[in-house]
Amino acid sequence: MSEILDLNLVEATEALKHKKISSLELTKAYLKSISDTLSLGAYLEIVEDKAISMAKESDKKLMNGTARPLEGIPLGIKDMFCTKDIKTTASSKILENFIPTYESTVTQNLWNDGAVILGKLSCDEFAMGSSNETAAKGNVINPWLKNKKMSPGGSSGGSAAAVAARSALAATGTDTGGSIRQPAAFCGITGLKPTYGRCSRWGIVAFSSSLDQAGPLTRTVSDAALMLNSMAGYDQKDSTSANLKMPDLMDYLDKGIKEKKIGIPKEYTQDGISEDIVKFYEKSIDWLKDEGAEIISVSLPHTKYALPAYYIIAPAEASSNLARYDGVRYGIRQEASSLDEMYELTRGNGFGDEVKRRIMIGTYVLSSGYYDAYYLKAQKVRRLIKEDFENVYKKVDYILTPSTPTTSFELGKKQDPLTMYLNDIFTVPASLAGLPGISLPVGLDNSGLPIGIQLIANSFDEPGLISTARVLEKNAGFNFIADGAAK
Amino acid sequence: MNDTSTLKPGHIQGETGIWEMVIGLEIHAQISSKSKLFSGASASFGSEANRNVSLVDAAMPGMLPVINEFCVEQAVKTGLALNAKINNVSVFDRKNYFYADLPQGYQISQFTKPIVGEGEIIVDLDDGEQKTIGIERLHLEQDAGKSLHDQHPTKSYIDLNRTGVALMEIVSKPDIRSPQEAGAYVKKIRSILRYIGACDGNMEEGSLRADCNVSVRKSGEEFGTRCEIKNLNSIRFIIQAIQSEAERQVDILEEGGTIDQETRLFDTSTGETRSMRSKEDAHDYRYFPDPDLLPLKFTESWVQDIKEKLPELPDSLKKRLVKDFGITSYDASILVEEKDYVDFYQQAANGRDGKLTANWMITELFGALKKDNLSFSESPITSENLGELISLISNGTISGKIAKEVFSNMMKSKKSPSEIVKEKGLEQVSDDSEILKLIDQVISDNQEKVNEYLSGKDKLFGFFVGQVMKLSQGKANPGVVNKLLKEKLK
Repeated sequence: MSEILDLNLVEATEALKHKKISSLELTKAYLKSISDTLSLGAYLEIVEDKAISMAKESDKKLMNGTARPLEGIPLGIKDMFCTKDIKTTASSKILENFIPTYESTVTQNLWNDGAVILGKLSCDEFAMGSSNETAAKGNVINPWLKNKKMSPGGSSGGSAAAVAARSALAATGTDTGGSIRQPAAFCGITGLKPTYGRCSRWGIVAFSSSLDQAGPLTRTVSDAALMLNSMAGYDQKDSTSANLKMPDLMDYLDKGIKEKKIGIPKEYTQDGISEDIVKFYEKSIDWLKDEGAEIISVSLPHTKYALPAYYIIAPAEASSNLARYDGVRYGIRQEASSLDEMYELTRGNGFGDEVKRRIMIGTYVLSSGYYDAYYLKAQKVRRLIKEDFENVYKKVDYILTPSTPTTSFELGKKQDPLTMYLNDIFTVPASLAGLPGISLPVGLDNSGLPIGIQLIANSFDEPGLISTARVLEKNAGFNFIADGAAK
Repeated sequence: MNDTSTLKPGHIQGETGIWEMVIGLEIHAQISSKSKLFSGASASFGSEANRNVSLVDAAMPGMLPVINEFCVEQAVKTGLALNAKINNVSVFDRKNYFYADLPQGYQISQFTKPIVGEGEIIVDLDDGEQKTIGIERLHLEQDAGKSLHDQHPTKSYIDLNRTGVALMEIVSKPDIRSPQEAGAYVKKIRSILRYIGACDGNMEEGSLRADCNVSVRKSGEEFGTRCEIKNLNSIRFIIQAIQSEAERQVDILEEGGTIDQETRLFDTSTGETRSMRSKEDAHDYRYFPDPDLLPLKFTESWVQDIKEKLPELPDSLKKRLVKDFGITSYDASILVEEKDYVDFYQQAANGRDGKLTANWMITELFGALKKDNLSFSESPITSENLGELISLISNGTISGKIAKEVFSNMMKSKKSPSEIVKEKGLEQVSDDSEILKLIDQVISDNQEKVNEYLSGKDKLFGFFVGQVMKLSQGKANPGVVNKLLKEKLK
């Protein structure tokens, strides 16, 4: 058993700084974890040589006192982030041979702050899915109840599974409708989706441009704060990036929540939520109350329209964003006798079923004659949902909800796409409103699967989100380790 | 069949009566910008294939467009020059369709909220009349790349140099009624674009192209079904294509047929249009606001600043030329057609006879350049030299006739007129005593004719003038010759 794996990200940075461990030791321990947990299928690409050489570079900096905030920390990167000279496939066959010549802004920020890359993590194809089952290279297994082959959630399933399995100290994810928070909840870890605009989208394979947002998946809230400190920042190359300086989140870890107001939306307590989740949701409310917060019942009346609106807007944007995968310039190409046939074969064979489904939905809702009834109406709903949150944030500071209606499910069990879409019911509204949300583990259900609770803050209030999440984290005292984690 | 001699331009005589054309133009003007609309790649013309391509232009995964503010400013400038409404909020949309030279799978354009709204311009027609033509809108959009189908027997090659280059699409109202008006409209737009420097207007290099919407109707009737002729890159082709398309439509309608709304191409070898795609095959472009870009927002004062910096435009210049130089409105309209012409003219005419300068520039210089197949910028005669020539004529140093000789020498030698006059000794002779000597000579050589003249054959006066001029090798001042001859032959 390797004690080095017990260190969370913040602890590891301390241990590195005080030279109790070296980055090379740490990185090698994680490379070993990766090979010990290969059967989980979290990694699509492992870059051992690069990891070792980056770790050695970091050790030099740690030795000569020029260490940066994430110096020597080995990370896994979701395959949606373009990484220079490292294959980037978005878990799709259509990009199975794609090697970018450029580095995404978010990952570049991490390397600039000293982090070490271990490899690329599986996800749902083009981040479309909630179980990681749409990945072209096959399923990722949740390290919890390993033998039952549970879903790690999605789309950042590989990222969540790797952090839970201790084959990455932390990982990056992208969240469009819940793709960081839901897998974090399923895998018993922390997942933070920042405010839309906080992290640059430049170099991240686009799914739905008005919703996509990068964020960290980590073991703890502090780890998430440290990661986001490095990932976030204004980027001129992304016109939707916010030109706002984010304060150092590490200063907000222990601010507490005395006299803060926590909103409990009545629309989020509906049928179909598992009893254990309800139990821990109520416990969470009590913990926050005990820590001095005021609990206020609030209403977000348009919540029930969030999912339908999301499943119009996201596919609409996706149908256009994915048009570039046409076999002409990069990715796979199926030769044919005409241009149209080449498109049909390349895209027909290159995309999986879920991606095709969403391209078709998206194409449909944007078609002339349907645009007003679907896309335009969905945009109106989106504005109403935004207004719901704006009204509630006049009364409260944070909103507390379950992260998901159920805990993880067995792989292959949810075949119906509509049932699958319901997984995101609690995460989608905040995505549509562009608000920051965090999911953190608060307990296990009766079968031993992790339960996640979500906190949603007002735009750009990541500092307050971190303070509040820390209070919840301390009270929950979640210290379980997945049975499928590396030892 | 058509007796075109009595028909007005834009009218077609059919069996059932006279048909009138209704024309609207969409002009695509490439913005004179060093870099593309949404990427930092060079927008220069004529580079080796695929040299001016950024990651954004090639639509690599995760790449994002960032608006080129210079291009936005040019569009606003153009809008102001077209007397159009500037929309302080406008939105970029995606126009979705698949083609091999469209890497993103969509063109970023502006659909429901263009940067510039309604405006109008005045065009000068050949008969000296003017006509106001409405502008519907102007929007910004990306150009597509180029597919090359003739490089390989089975493959097509793609050149992405043009991909993402900034275009302004200027859409007219259907106010145009003849191919000639269409030509005049394009000329005027091109002239305005060049004045403000927003587009070089170079049609050969494709910097300015037009799509023409053409329909026909009987006078006073509703608009007919229109066809769009795509991508015309010269004024001559625009005129030919519209005429031929309108005639095609008239033929169909006269035979009892109906016009299919479709997109057509002009075949420059046959001078006719042919179908490119029918309405059924028309793309559903699935426009929607581009989520990668924020709406463009301007303040009133920013627009005002641009307005104040606009150079003087052709219409106002024309009025000023008529007033300051006393030239005709027709001459002025020719001179203001191009910024280069006006600049040349104003330098040449400065402090001189404006009318004479205009005549020499329009008749002699333009004629000579045309004959020698030279563009205006290649003119061997500078504005200083033309001005000097005008001075030499005005102050009587040379006669108009000699001036023509000097002018053609200037075209060849690029020398200044005074140099040529001096070298060749062409100064006009105005001295009475010298001219009297010549007159005496002519009289003594033509005694018989003198007698005839004196006995009443007045017409012979011209003959004596001619003889004196001839004897002086054209250098004698004709005014002085006239005056002295009259006295001498009393």
